[in-house]
Amino acid sequence: MSEMNTPVAAKVPSPEEVALIKKFLNDTTLFLGPDPEIMQNHDLMPRSEVEDECMRKVGDAHTIAKIRDRIQAGCDEGYEMVEQMGAAPGAKWGDVITGVYSASGDLAIASAGGVLIFSALVHHPIKFIIKNWVNDPTVGVKEGDGFIHNDSRYGNVHNTDQSMILPIFHEGKLVCWVASTVHEGENGAIEPGGMPSMAESPCDEGLKMCPFKVVENYQIKRDILTFLQNSVREPKLQYEDMKVKLFACLRIKQRIEETLNTDGPAALISTLRTTMENVRAEVKRRVSEWPDMTVRTYIIQDSTLRENCVVKINCQLTKTGDRLIFDFRGSSPEFTNRATNTIVAGLKGMLAQVFLCYVWPDLPRGQAAFAPIEVITDPHSIVNCSYDAPNSQSLMSIFTGFTAGQHAVAKFLYSCPEKYTKVHAPTFNMINTFIWGGVSQHGETLGNLCADLNGMGAGATVDRDGEHALAPIFATMADIGEQELNEEEVPFLQLVSKKMTRDAIAPGKYRGGQGYTMMVATKDSEQWGFMTVCQGAKFPPLQGLFGGYACGSYPLCKVKGVDVYDVLMNEPEKFKHSIEEIMNEQPFEGASYTTHHMGMGFEISKRGELFMISQGAGAGYGDLLERDPAGVIRDIEEGLMSPGVAERLYKVKFDPTTLAINHEATAAARDAERKARIARGVPYAEFIKTWNKPTPPSHLAYFGCWGDDVSKLYMGSPDKFRDANSPRPNYMPHPKDVRIAELESRLVALGAMGGEKQ
Amino acid sequence: MKVPMTEYLRLDLDAEQWECRVCDHVIGTASKSYKEGMLVHNRDPREIHPPIIDPEKYRFTFSPDPDWVRILEYYCPHCGTQVETEYAVPGHPPLHDMQPDLPALRAQWAKREELKDAVVGPAVTADKGHGH
Repeated sequence: MSEMNTPVAAKVPSPEEVALIKKFLNDTTLFLGPDPEIMQNHDLMPRSEVEDECMRKVGDAHTIAKIRDRIQAGCDEGYEMVEQMGAAPGAKWGDVITGVYSASGDLAIASAGGVLIFSALVHHPIKFIIKNWVNDPTVGVKEGDGFIHNDSRYGNVHNTDQSMILPIFHEGKLVCWVASTVHEGENGAIEPGGMPSMAESPCDEGLKMCPFKVVENYQIKRDILTFLQNSVREPKLQYEDMKVKLFACLRIKQRIEETLNTDGPAALISTLRTTMENVRAEVKRRVSEWPDMTVRTYIIQDSTLRENCVVKINCQLTKTGDRLIFDFRGSSPEFTNRATNTIVAGLKGMLAQVFLCYVWPDLPRGQAAFAPIEVITDPHSIVNCSYDAPNSQSLMSIFTGFTAGQHAVAKFLYSCPEKYTKVHAPTFNMINTFIWGGVSQHGETLGNLCADLNGMGAGATVDRDGEHALAPIFATMADIGEQELNEEEVPFLQLVSKKMTRDAIAPGKYRGGQGYTMMVATKDSEQWGFMTVCQGAKFPPLQGLFGGYACGSYPLCKVKGVDVYDVLMNEPEKFKHSIEEIMNEQPFEGASYTTHHMGMGFEISKRGELFMISQGAGAGYGDLLERDPAGVIRDIEEGLMSPGVAERLYKVKFDPTTLAINHEATAAARDAERKARIARGVPYAEFIKTWNKPTPPSHLAYFGCWGDDVSKLYMGSPDKFRDANSPRPNYMPHPKDVRIAELESRLVALGAMGGEKQ
Repeated sequence: MKVPMTEYLRLDLDAEQWECRVCDHVIGTASKSYKEGMLVHNRDPREIHPPIIDPEKYRFTFSPDPDWVRILEYYCPHCGTQVETEYAVPGHPPLHDMQPDLPALRAQWAKREELKDAVVGPAVTADKGHGH
């Protein structure tokens, strides 16, 4: 044994030595990457001495309420400016937000409209600026400065969202920050539109802006702007929206200054801090009213957007006293070369939406509402991915994580007497829409998406059906936009739009709100294409609630070898207005009709080829045999469900011509079905003897824990796994290589490889 | 003290039992999953989510793939009410989805009135707007 290997008790460094080591490390840092101290923490920063002093000076509830309303109005004004002036399609539908942050970086007040998760996750880049740039002589933070940011590894959801962040000074002292965030779309990634599913590393994901200074003296620095414009497909949009966000921030700054002039800085600082602390305390009080319990659920992602596989989002939610703990351990390992991973802050931001949009919408919108809630994950998990993992499609994991949370929370809320909303089955959670890009009919290079992602079907509630195509889970007050306006700028038409997809149902005592069909076809451009970035073509991405069913599954359908514009001109009677008719009747001779999962990488389209998808349904609530027969008939009349499906599932008897209900026959049919259930149902203990298996099925590529054992994470097959706490690379082969290998093995079996040398 | 826990399940905190709220059937001990007192049916998801496009022609049909997902339907063995569903990977052990802390619940409800039905919660109503 060498001397080097002899164990020696470590010498404890003195405080002076610790300080020296720290200084050495600070002075020689090679790269300021995302700071785990910032990125893993979603709680409020400790109350500062200044805040403490201000709260002692100004504690009057009326004064604080008055100032909070003024700041809130200022945020709303900024929000309106961005929505009205923003160039990004997302801006026009409310995919924006503004907010005011404390001097320490916490979001205190956000605009009433818009995508709250954006602003709720901007505290991370602000804290990065505070920690690294304030005292850096080469950067600094001065009055008139503005910082830009979009790299989700330093905060926020994905790098299609860009923020403009301004420090606000009063008499030379930093009093707070303001920020404005927009889903800009295009960001120079490997595919147009800002959310590439083909990204296999962060380097494929386009602009990755850690927080840096782009504004001085309230002017955008032209050299940096030009670099950013040169890095994306839509240079004009990049410039216009940077200006829009800057001026929205300046308007909020103006409103803050008015408050500073009338009430002074102590009142403002006290208002921001008091608001956050009060909300945090109120959340703990509300949680304490819930039943002490553990609830378990899981949601399956059925693809990585590149290939179908079974990816588990595992959720255990425990409430003890005033503590609420989301435990996502057991969820799939991160994918080393797939974009569906999320950083944990993104997951937390989306879980906050469960509460602020669906459980406690009365609370002031800010960071504090989720601050006391705890989240546990495995390292290098799909819901807590590493710096090196791509995450441009993090929506897949934060949305399925959201649904797991929404499903679990409903089981706590039912018995709680104190309610602020009704118990709610999961809302649809996938962005079923078309992302598009190419050269428009006006010669512009574009890359963005249709607002139909905002038309998710709502889950049913305790006493009513879910609403159709209501709102996205990340913004309860967003818009679907005007398709006709969109068509003035892009070279395609939605030939069928906003027509409910019949029989794509989520049954229950109260059924889920349904989704609508979208059929698009390119026109007037030879350089235009689409992509879709959703899961759920094989395995529904929801769970039903209290005996209700989830939604079904939603594929992508294509019709090629046809120009539907010629058909509409010459034989209009051949065109049909539903996916059902077009795919089943195949009315266009010589065309090819194919179906696919919903992860379509960017694909150039030809004039008149059809790409067809449907928005999804929210989940159903309760036993479908308890559904009011009149509701079933109404669904038939509204084209939501075909008569045969209605009768078979809901056991409602009616006249096929008049739809008049035979109530006696219905009651008899439902009684018979209850008896049939008792006859076919197997006692639980007997059922699990044959149902339960010790490992995931070998015919599925399965990722995540199996059963209750969260210490072992499967990685694609029963014999490949990792210890939950010991990350391993998790590479997926290229789907085309997989297909080539399949076809080659067939050729080998047929002896048809032609003696090709290996 | 009895507490309605879901649309169809009730906890008897004193007897520590799950009960069916439709027929009052005692499902089983509250120290275990209510599912252990249920009948289970392994449902082909195509029966609930029917194919919209022809399964003879197409790989994806709007129906979930029955080799990938099954719907576990849990029925009250006495009245046949469908108490819960679970969209499950084939062979995945059913979840112990609601595991209450009974002593804590007893302490919490000792300070509350017993409720026959759960509180529904407020409806969303149109705001009357700002007026003077």
